[in-house]
Amino acid sequence: MRVMAQMAMVMNLDKCIGCHTCSVTCKQAWTNRSGVEYVWFNNVETRPGQGYPRRYEDQEKWKGGWTLNRRGRLALKGGGRIKKLFSIFSNPKMPAIADYYEPWTYDYENLTNAPLQEHTPVARPKSLLTGEDMKISWSANWDDNLGGSPDHGDKDVLLKGIADKVKFEFEQTFMFYLPRICEHCLNPSCAASCPSGAIYKRAEDGIVLVDQDRCRGWRMCVSGCPYKKIYFNHRTGKAEKCTFCFPRIEVGIPTVCSETCVGRLRYIGLMLYDADRVLDAASTEDEHGLYEAQRDVFLDPSDPAVIAAAEQAGIPRDWIEAAQRSPVYALINRFKVALPLHPEYRTMPMVWYIPPLSPVVDVVRDTGYDAEDKGNLFAAIEALRIPIDYLAQLFTAGDPAPVDLVLRRLAAMRSYMRDINLGRDPDESIPAAVGLTGQEMYDMYRLLALAKYDERYVIPPAHAEQAHSLEELATECSLDYDGGPGMGGSGPFGEQSGSPMPIAVENFHMLVDRQTSDTMVDSGNKELRVNLLNWDGKGRPEGLFPPRDERR
Amino acid sequence: MTGTLLFVVLPYVCLAIFVLGHVWRYRYDKFGWTTRSSQLYERRLLRIGSPMFHFGILLVALGHVGGLLIPESWTEAVGISEGAYHAVAFSLGTVAGICTLGGAAILIYRRRTVGPVFSATTVNDKIMYVLLIGVIVLGLGTTVLGNVTGHPHDYRLTVSPWFRSIFYFQPDRTLIEAAPIGFRLHVIAAWILFAFWPFSRLVHVFSAPLGYLTRPYIVYRSRDRQLGSRPVKPGWERVP
Repeated sequence: MRVMAQMAMVMNLDKCIGCHTCSVTCKQAWTNRSGVEYVWFNNVETRPGQGYPRRYEDQEKWKGGWTLNRRGRLALKGGGRIKKLFSIFSNPKMPAIADYYEPWTYDYENLTNAPLQEHTPVARPKSLLTGEDMKISWSANWDDNLGGSPDHGDKDVLLKGIADKVKFEFEQTFMFYLPRICEHCLNPSCAASCPSGAIYKRAEDGIVLVDQDRCRGWRMCVSGCPYKKIYFNHRTGKAEKCTFCFPRIEVGIPTVCSETCVGRLRYIGLMLYDADRVLDAASTEDEHGLYEAQRDVFLDPSDPAVIAAAEQAGIPRDWIEAAQRSPVYALINRFKVALPLHPEYRTMPMVWYIPPLSPVVDVVRDTGYDAEDKGNLFAAIEALRIPIDYLAQLFTAGDPAPVDLVLRRLAAMRSYMRDINLGRDPDESIPAAVGLTGQEMYDMYRLLALAKYDERYVIPPAHAEQAHSLEELATECSLDYDGGPGMGGSGPFGEQSGSPMPIAVENFHMLVDRQTSDTMVDSGNKELRVNLLNWDGKGRPEGLFPPRDERR
Repeated sequence: MTGTLLFVVLPYVCLAIFVLGHVWRYRYDKFGWTTRSSQLYERRLLRIGSPMFHFGILLVALGHVGGLLIPESWTEAVGISEGAYHAVAFSLGTVAGICTLGGAAILIYRRRTVGPVFSATTVNDKIMYVLLIGVIVLGLGTTVLGNVTGHPHDYRLTVSPWFRSIFYFQPDRTLIEAAPIGFRLHVIAAWILFAFWPFSRLVHVFSAPLGYLTRPYIVYRSRDRQLGSRPVKPGWERVP
């Protein structure tokens, strides 16, 4: 047993309202630079829908992820090492910009500069790639809320088998939102595809990162990732990806997408897993067995044997304790309501999802029946095969049984908690019907419905003895790098050549201090002095403006 | 005088710039060290042009290694006559050269006509294209013309010994001066290209990822070695 720790996330899709706040804040934090205009480390897709980039799930076309070769051994679907090196001059499977969308801005200047004329001047869309006028025809969420789905809804890859049964007529349709970030897989095929070895998995917390100094722009990771969550920065010529906001995670605060999530649907916590069993699990022959196989790789952090092995592997004690309190572990292995996204890609993804019960509830409610009665809900789960088959395509390689169980548990929780909320005696037969005890069901309810900030995000900070060199702890001068603060610009060899800047100048500890203190900023305190990046507009802190001239 | 300048001083200056330039660039600009691929913008033309050019120029490079570094006496010793050697070198070299030039033509056409690719082209790229294409055209032209006129020059008696003499620090310019004008122009252009090399995108040649063949698929790296983008300051290194 080789114990490793993995920072993981679970998203509760029932709570997602599709507001895109996570996408927007992520973009503001990470990809608001030139070269990555088209890049969304976090995007929210409406399902059924094509996703972003378009039809990324069609692995027969894109050849992402892993597959089993003829001998039953795990191999990259896009071809092995030799094939990769021979196709290095032109990656045949790489999506073009048209598969994402051509980024654009608007010619706003025309609104103020246009001469007097009969018609109102307009701000024309301009391509951010060429600067020319362009016709906007697609974007990262063009089919948001099933927009245009009568025209192209059938292009959803997952509808291949059930397309004729899914109706896109407004009255009969079902939909839900699927926020996606990098999966930070246990068996990342992007890293395996990288010829330069620039993509690595951090041994401490399992976050998958691209070493920007070692990336040579061979583009194999872009096609290697089945989730298409590695992006090519067309200005710097390097691959970029979701970083799980590691500078924030290192100081114990959640990712930007989680922090800003309006529905509070994201959970972050540690998972302990046995690194020696990952390859075996990923090689499971039956695709339907991959979900269970991955769950088996996870270790019970309360098991004394696991604790001993973890300590031997150098995992700090407080990390083990955090793993025991991990909401992610509870949702995946205790309550078994979270499922992995596309386990059939065999990358062992680590961002899991609680499938939405709402399509089922909506149908029951619309027909006028009691949508919190377990009998009605169970019957509906039984009857609504299409949403369930669809969810199974997403989360269990097409096996409806686990999805069925999850939805039953969620439905049972609704009925069970209604009795409690109405002051009736709880009906213990309800949790028993889905294999839980009343207490477990109540705990699950607490975690799904009430969990506060520190229960949703159990993030042990990186260790103090290593703290001087954490990205976001400025014990060294935070402006101590080439060019000084805010000096972006270009070196002589193209966009942002030369030594890289720290990812953010912002000191996240300052942010934590401000969030947890109830006083205004005190400019006398250097730790809390004004930083416009996280000034929230409250008050007029001293030092923000120069002193007024008293003589006047 | 001019001869010394062109065939003794220029090579050494260019070689020095080539070596030191790469060292300096690698230390200063690891982040800028990339292929700067434009495949994201356009892939249909690239699909044909890029492999054609790259495989062609790899063959050309291999041919140059053979022609310049292996003395004629060695190949004669293993029984390959000058005629046979020349026939093979000429036919393979011309095929590779035409492949390279054809690929380059497609790539340049693409660069000029595809909007996003054109607007991503820097001045540096343009200089690089002029130098690189210049060297290729001069080389291919000299080879083809020499053979068409029926008097192929045996460069392995002039250019090659001169090239090697540079590396054991006894440069003999008289050797190269005996070669036809085409060869002389080709080597001068090549030296200038080498001097420009470390400052262009051509540096990606030196990151050919051969290590991929032997390394394990998944790379694990400890967070401790260097956190974030800031190098560890002296005195702050982790105690093992």
